[in-house]
Amino acid sequence: MSVLVSRDTRLLVQGMTGREGEFHTRQMLEYGTNVVAGVTPGRGGQTLLDVPVFNTVQDAVEHTGANASIIFVPAPFAPDAIREAVASRLPLIVAITEGIPVLDMVPLYHYVRDKGSRLIGPNCPGLISPGKAKVGIMAGNIHREGSIAIVSRSGTLTYEIVAALSANDYGQSTVIGIGGDPIVGTSFIEALELFEADPQTRAIVLIGEIGGSGEENAAAYIREHVTKPVVGFIAGRTAPPGRRMGHAGAIISGTSGTAAEKLSALQAAGAKVADSPTQVPSLLGQLGVAKDF
Amino acid sequence: MNLHEYQAKEFLRQNGVPIPAGDVASTPEQVRQIAHQIGQPVVVKAQVLTGGRGKAGGVKLAQNPDEAERVARQILGMDIRGHVVHKVLVTNAAEIAREIYLGAILDRETKSIVLMTSAEGGVEIEIVARDHPDKILRRSIDPYLGYGDYQGRELGYALGLNAAQVRAFSKIAGALHKTLIENDATLLEINPLAVTTSGELYGLDAKMVVDDNALFRHSKFEDLRDLEAEDPFERQAREEGISYVKLDGTIGCVVNGAGLAMATMDILKLYGGSPANFLDVGGGARAERVTLALQLILSDPKVRAVFFNIFGGITRCDEVARGIVEAIHQIGGTKVPIVVRLVGVNESEGRQILLGAGLKAYTGLDEAAKAAVQAAQSTLPDESSVGSHGGAA
Repeated sequence: MSVLVSRDTRLLVQGMTGREGEFHTRQMLEYGTNVVAGVTPGRGGQTLLDVPVFNTVQDAVEHTGANASIIFVPAPFAPDAIREAVASRLPLIVAITEGIPVLDMVPLYHYVRDKGSRLIGPNCPGLISPGKAKVGIMAGNIHREGSIAIVSRSGTLTYEIVAALSANDYGQSTVIGIGGDPIVGTSFIEALELFEADPQTRAIVLIGEIGGSGEENAAAYIREHVTKPVVGFIAGRTAPPGRRMGHAGAIISGTSGTAAEKLSALQAAGAKVADSPTQVPSLLGQLGVAKDF
Repeated sequence: MNLHEYQAKEFLRQNGVPIPAGDVASTPEQVRQIAHQIGQPVVVKAQVLTGGRGKAGGVKLAQNPDEAERVARQILGMDIRGHVVHKVLVTNAAEIAREIYLGAILDRETKSIVLMTSAEGGVEIEIVARDHPDKILRRSIDPYLGYGDYQGRELGYALGLNAAQVRAFSKIAGALHKTLIENDATLLEINPLAVTTSGELYGLDAKMVVDDNALFRHSKFEDLRDLEAEDPFERQAREEGISYVKLDGTIGCVVNGAGLAMATMDILKLYGGSPANFLDVGGGARAERVTLALQLILSDPKVRAVFFNIFGGITRCDEVARGIVEAIHQIGGTKVPIVVRLVGVNESEGRQILLGAGLKAYTGLDEAAKAAVQAAQSTLPDESSVGSHGGAA
């Protein structure tokens, strides 16, 4: 079992003919993801990487039965692309695009939910269930199929921790990058809920960072509802207040959103918190989580 | 991007928020002229992008143009929390009966715009939120329908305003919300919103933060950007699309990815070092970007070592290595020790290229971070300024 994506995922790529879109479509195909369609207005009828391209999401879904979309459309046009995917009732929409104005995300966030779709991102690396499907931009080769689930606001920091887990014989069940923007479609809590219910997942790694209170909310949820062992890592202990640290959402406002608050909330919820990404595997060991291999 | 008070007030004024008459000036003579035109007591206010201006002496009342010129001389050039005052706002001094707080912010919890008001005006809202959270009244703005006048009325009556003032307040709240939406702001505050002794409402101070992600559709903000208030290196980085924040430490960091860049800073601290900056060089770590990153970092005289932390993933390490070597070549070499940690596709080729340039590449993150800390500690300030053949005098 995996969550959200599986061998049954039939993926549509919005913005497939762009530079990023084409590069990552090739990578996903090589990983074994079932990419069934691309969408680029004006390029309908063509094929790229043996995948048919359509003018609209509606056409693509009608002809290919796509059940998930990944979006590589540039920021000014990405909100419309998300709407288009929702309008075609795609149950899973993964928005990789970075730089979407946050006020565009306010109505979209509520719209996606009201229509019953699930949005991952924006400004995220996507998600992967190793050995089954990769719907994202992460390097497939650092992953091993296994039993540790990861949820993270970051990209490369997640790869770092994945690599540390794989090197220490902990494989991954599903890795979800929820995105670094102030408003993202899926929260830590929703990912935790999926992982708690997933029989393949034996333990959970939560990778947070400064800004907002998603980690504190997650900690409260862990205390009440999560029975599986949790290891956390929070980036930004040395970040100054009031400055945006790369991600639009990574900013300490006044005295709220600090790493210290998040660390102590996770610890109070019974999670082990790593000081360095490389400590994550040994903390899993301390919590009694057996290696996969 | 933060706007100055006078800029935020202008946007509010355009949407119908009553703002006292006034203008911005950069010389004491201009201040005298504006005060003369207003013809009444004025307030001279430092325009700096930081709080605490009043306490620092950056806001002063003047009864006449002479006095206005005199206080302007004191305020212009003043340093407020590291911000030099280049401009002052000269504005009509209001007779204040009471001060209200009114703000609209993007609320990450509810994923909506929230209107906030408090009878405790003139005080920073964070302080009210901490000491008297019950004194802040909130109304969530519907993401589809927007602001409703009834919301302003509810808040106005709750504040104890009279019927005429409630009408004015509700209009101001609507204009505030409209101004926030039109300008892609994530925060817009009128604090204080004053009730004058004659019972009218005026916005006396304003704060506005615009979403950097939305700047592409508001070209006007480029002209409003206060280049004097920005660190020159940060400006250069921004123009090149590199995320860079200057810090106080001694180890310059070049990292791909924002989360990993933050974690890298934290790890340096964990092992006894101190980061000189946050820097996300972006995906691919192309040579021209690496060059600029290296230039930015080495222009900071406090930097005693540079730490490259590149987790390649899909990125090819040989390309990154070539970028690093080319960057060092471009800047004509450096005496500051460079520690590289490189992981990803074509790792061994990358390491060979770096070795050819005399650089050792690490694989382990902790091991590399410790090496960077050690390199920074063993480079004493004197060593870097004296050549290797020094001491012959």
